Amino acid sequence: MMTRVLWIDVEIKLDIDCPSERSMERILLMSLTTETPSSRQLLMGNEAIAWGAIEAGVRVVAAYPGTPSTEVTEHIIQHAADYGIYAEWSVNEKVALETAIAASWAGARAMACMKQVGLNVASDPLMTLAYLGTKGGLVLVVADDPGPHSSQTEQDTRLFARFAKLPVLDPSTPAEAREMTKLAFELSESLKVPVILRPTTRTAHVCQDVEFSPPPRPAIPLPPLHFERDPNWAILPTLSAKKHRWLNACQKDMGRWFVEKGLNRVVPGCSDADTVSVGIVTGGVSYNYVQEALANLGVSLPVYKVGGPTPLPAEDVLDYLQGKQAVLIVEEQEPVIEEQLTVAAFHRGMQIPFFGKLSGHLPREGEFNTNTVQAALRRYFAEVLPELSLPEVPAAQAGLTDIPAPPLRTPILCAGCPHRNSFYAFKQALKRQDALFTGDIGCYTLGVMPPLRAADTIVCMGASVAMAAGFDRVEPDRPHIAFLGDSTFFHSGIPPLINAVYNQARMTLVVLDNRTTAMTGHQPHPGLGWKGKQEPAPYIDIAAIAQACGVEWIRTVDPYDLPSMISAAKEAVEYPGVSVIIARRDCISIAKRQIPHQIDHAACRRCGLCIRQFGCPALFEAPLTEEERQEGRKSGAVRIAREKCFGCGACAQVCPWDAISPEVQR
Amino acid sequence: MKTFNLVITGVGGQGGVLASRVFAEASLAAGYEVRTSETIGMAQREGSVISHVRIGEKLQGALIPEGTADLLVSLELSESLKGWSKLSPQGQAVINRHTIIPPAVGLGLTQYPEAEIVAFLQSQGNRVRLFDATSAAIDAGTARATNMVMLGALSTLPNLPVSADMLWQAAERILPPRLHEVNRKAFLAGQALGACPQATPLVS
Repeated sequence: MMTRVLWIDVEIKLDIDCPSERSMERILLMSLTTETPSSRQLLMGNEAIAWGAIEAGVRVVAAYPGTPSTEVTEHIIQHAADYGIYAEWSVNEKVALETAIAASWAGARAMACMKQVGLNVASDPLMTLAYLGTKGGLVLVVADDPGPHSSQTEQDTRLFARFAKLPVLDPSTPAEAREMTKLAFELSESLKVPVILRPTTRTAHVCQDVEFSPPPRPAIPLPPLHFERDPNWAILPTLSAKKHRWLNACQKDMGRWFVEKGLNRVVPGCSDADTVSVGIVTGGVSYNYVQEALANLGVSLPVYKVGGPTPLPAEDVLDYLQGKQAVLIVEEQEPVIEEQLTVAAFHRGMQIPFFGKLSGHLPREGEFNTNTVQAALRRYFAEVLPELSLPEVPAAQAGLTDIPAPPLRTPILCAGCPHRNSFYAFKQALKRQDALFTGDIGCYTLGVMPPLRAADTIVCMGASVAMAAGFDRVEPDRPHIAFLGDSTFFHSGIPPLINAVYNQARMTLVVLDNRTTAMTGHQPHPGLGWKGKQEPAPYIDIAAIAQACGVEWIRTVDPYDLPSMISAAKEAVEYPGVSVIIARRDCISIAKRQIPHQIDHAACRRCGLCIRQFGCPALFEAPLTEEERQEGRKSGAVRIAREKCFGCGACAQVCPWDAISPEVQR
Repeated sequence: MKTFNLVITGVGGQGGVLASRVFAEASLAAGYEVRTSETIGMAQREGSVISHVRIGEKLQGALIPEGTADLLVSLELSESLKGWSKLSPQGQAVINRHTIIPPAVGLGLTQYPEAEIVAFLQSQGNRVRLFDATSAAIDAGTARATNMVMLGALSTLPNLPVSADMLWQAAERILPPRLHEVNRKAFLAGQALGACPQATPLVS
């Protein structure tokens, strides 16, 4: 039954258009759940977390999308109606967490999901929440992105949790993520604190075969909830001082709970007799790499696995280390376990050598893998157990050095992306004015890439607006243009817009309104008129908001119409105050593909404008043929990759020679 | 059983994630443990993407260590090189001869040494199968079925944990019915290309 519902959903989405391969792929992957009612299934980590939360009886879920966390909420929204769950895409992470807090204080199990930098946005309520505590279990899913693959920082949420003095559960696999989600609700209710579940990319986006069947559906409606008044829900300095003492006193209980539940435990060696008497402490995905590397090296020893890294119940780890010659601590990102353990060992007067990040045996940046960990293990064993014989280091793969260098391939805006047109129009309109472009977080971050180079600064969600106004304070004679997306406008673009108007800055804000939250896979936002499952919702108009913020010059333009976009850009910049352009055109992943374009090679003068200034990835320069070389040609023919061309027609408008036009349809 | 490691490389938007899911689902149906890890996020916008699929018993991490992949599948010519260090010395490679030229080449920021890449792959002998899967997919009905051509081609290799039938059945379960026909054609075209031992590089 569930499968059927999902398939129908696929059909609906496919009928809208022919979405690009990418979005279709995403839709298809979303539909893989529950092919059969009960069996081993392939679950992605985020999907496993979603099911864990459903199994735990979560009633309210609020989130803002962000890689690698997005699919948790997407899956819950898919199944929300069946389980009586209220699930929403909130405008930002702060609002999401506050929504979850209200639900928890009314007695419901609640969850807020975000990526690691989303926790920065949600940090204000989080810090107070830590003092006030929870009633219904409250779990924050905060996905970390070591690498980083798709984030502005590699920040470690475990450190954030230490700052907030909150417990973290750190899963190694999707199966474990599902179990830990359920445990996180239990812990939150038993100690009355919010709990952070912290998958990293290689848990969140890993698929694993898991024994799974969807939990039985409850009778709906679920029993009603009621918030009981209590002075302990309103923070005041006197209460804060009291609650701070309470939170500190809880720390030991949190750690004890990790040990009692077996989250922090000794995993015996793989053979009956342990080969060596040294220690390894590890957690999260690093645990997998340690076990694989040990197997490769033929070494068997008990490993201490940390599922609850903060606050670390260090005494239990030190007990494991008793009598060992040394310890290697293997953890991605920051030395969170290592530092807590070092302090505890000092206090116990334990003198065994510690190896890890602080000793330089493992890097503090980037993602780990079996190779990184195996190299660290070799070095560790060589230093502490020089008599141990290990398999030879395999010779470098023959011929690896003969490999030609592949081309550099960075992510770029898609062929037909309307953002490219907006950036190009502003570059053209302001080419003699040395305008400063402040960028933001979303697909349009990629405007920074050549040839557009249309983002001089990128900081965080919403920063483009305040920074354009800020630059105006120091360089009032220079045009300052802020670019941010529609979803980002709602997330954090409005307060800085009010600030710019109120403090009388001169700047232009371009809202790149592609009618979706594109980068994370097309979640809705308040400017669309629909919600997570396409159900109708009030439509909140960006232009009306800008007007209400006091902006007096507002224009909505179609970026596929380049001349209009260029003239609007010129006019906006001339305006002596805050001007707003809403560049509105659907993302190509949700729009219908148009007629592909073709090049008239007789008319094309190979000036390269379309490639070297506009830079659509459907356009490329073919290598020079021998004949062309003999003719003395300097550049190859310009071609259009037909399978990539979206048919937006922008290149035809860019071309000064009328050499590009839609294909004639038979 | 020894772990079977498959690496799939390509350009964001080519359908590498879906191909890895089909292989994983087929392996699951065959009774194996499975781990996959995919590139999701910013790189999906025309960037280099790599998927890891591990099949076997008692699996640990999802990332395939260097030099241990049994099979490398690349949906684009030059992207095969980005996964090459993962390939074991005995590993096989199935590579789409089709090129996707990044705009950075036109800007003079990087080079696409097509002839050198083809020569390198040819120098690898029988363990590399190189053919234009994109053309075959277009002939089948859509360039988007390139991933199915590649799956069809790899299904002809010996010593796989799954059969061609199992792969196609997994694809059928994952794809919506209206796309079965075009994908079936692409899969069969891939089988024909893969079965031809002399799948020599095409001249562009």
